[in-house]
Amino acid sequence: MQIITSLDPRVNRAALPENPDTSFVPKEELDQFKTYEVFHQPKSGARHLHVGSVHAPTPELAIAFAKEQYGRRGQSVSLWVVSTDDIIALDTSDSDVFETATEKPYREVNAYANTREKIESFKKEQQA
Amino acid sequence: MNEALKNLLYRMADDELIIGHRNSEWTGLGPILEEDIAFSSIAQDKIVHSLALFKILESLGEPEPDTSAFMRNSLQMKCCHLVEYPIGGYDFSLIRHFLFDTAEMLRYQMLEDSSYLPLSLLAKKVRGEIKYHVFHANTWVAQLGAQGNEDSHSRMQSALNLAFPLALGIFEPSEFEKELKNDGIFGGETELQKRWLEAISITLQKATLILPQIETVVPSYGGRTGSHTDLRMLSLLSITIFHGILIVLPKQDFSH
Repeated sequence: MQIITSLDPRVNRAALPENPDTSFVPKEELDQFKTYEVFHQPKSGARHLHVGSVHAPTPELAIAFAKEQYGRRGQSVSLWVVSTDDIIALDTSDSDVFETATEKPYREVNAYANTREKIESFKKEQQA
Repeated sequence: MNEALKNLLYRMADDELIIGHRNSEWTGLGPILEEDIAFSSIAQDKIVHSLALFKILESLGEPEPDTSAFMRNSLQMKCCHLVEYPIGGYDFSLIRHFLFDTAEMLRYQMLEDSSYLPLSLLAKKVRGEIKYHVFHANTWVAQLGAQGNEDSHSRMQSALNLAFPLALGIFEPSEFEKELKNDGIFGGETELQKRWLEAISITLQKATLILPQIETVVPSYGGRTGSHTDLRMLSLLSITIFHGILIVLPKQDFSH
């Protein structure tokens, strides 16, 4: 088998075939490490925010990886990892529960957008 | 005092420069993406540590950092043999990372009290970074030693047996040891080695790996005085930037 040679020693070490066999064998499901969800705290007192996930064999290594992947730019003061298996999610087929009927604008933020103007115009109305 | 100080700085800078480049050879080839990113980032940190040390040397009248780093011949290089070794398998690279970084962390800890201000400031500046490096190394060593399987345990043990005498070369006695100590610049290699042995023993015990008896091994000395394992590697070190990636190539590769 012909091996790709390169000026880059790392490519040589990888021993990549010149003509790769294109018949790929499907991989078994979950041949990767399990995943952990990563949360970081941008500053003391702030909420922890979900920033992504990492593959890792253990929680300790998940923390080690998460620190470099999501905390290396110095924007974090705290980091959490949680096994993805431990997250309880709403069934996606039930996502219609988020739909709200339109008759309840008072429950939505937009309804309070121009409160000051509304107060002012109400006051004017009263004075008139 | 200047000569002793420069000798210490060159030892440290050359170690960081060479191990940084060696470890960067894993970039793109790490066992998994997450580890690739972490290990590459650690390698990059080492290069930056060496830059900081070369800058201190420049302030003492030595050449500017690029010249110091890349234009000296192998006899002038003061790195220990441990950092020169090819990366081998990931077992060897991890064990080297563990042995070297623990020594590096303890050295900087000692230097925090140095009478030479630029060194004590640098030691404080890199403290957090190196703490992470050692955490990363300890986690892997404990994982593959104690929580892996028979294969991972025996590979880590073999790598440790190979790397231990090389690692003892980090602490090769220096003719300037007494002077550095008397001037309050650095507490000395002997003291550092003592602290290092204590520190690595704790992690190795957790990892169920056995440290070879120190009396039974011959420390790999010579690097600090310019006698290196692979002269070709150091004298013909050639560094190039390829698509923003720093690549170290032995020069003979250019011939074909």
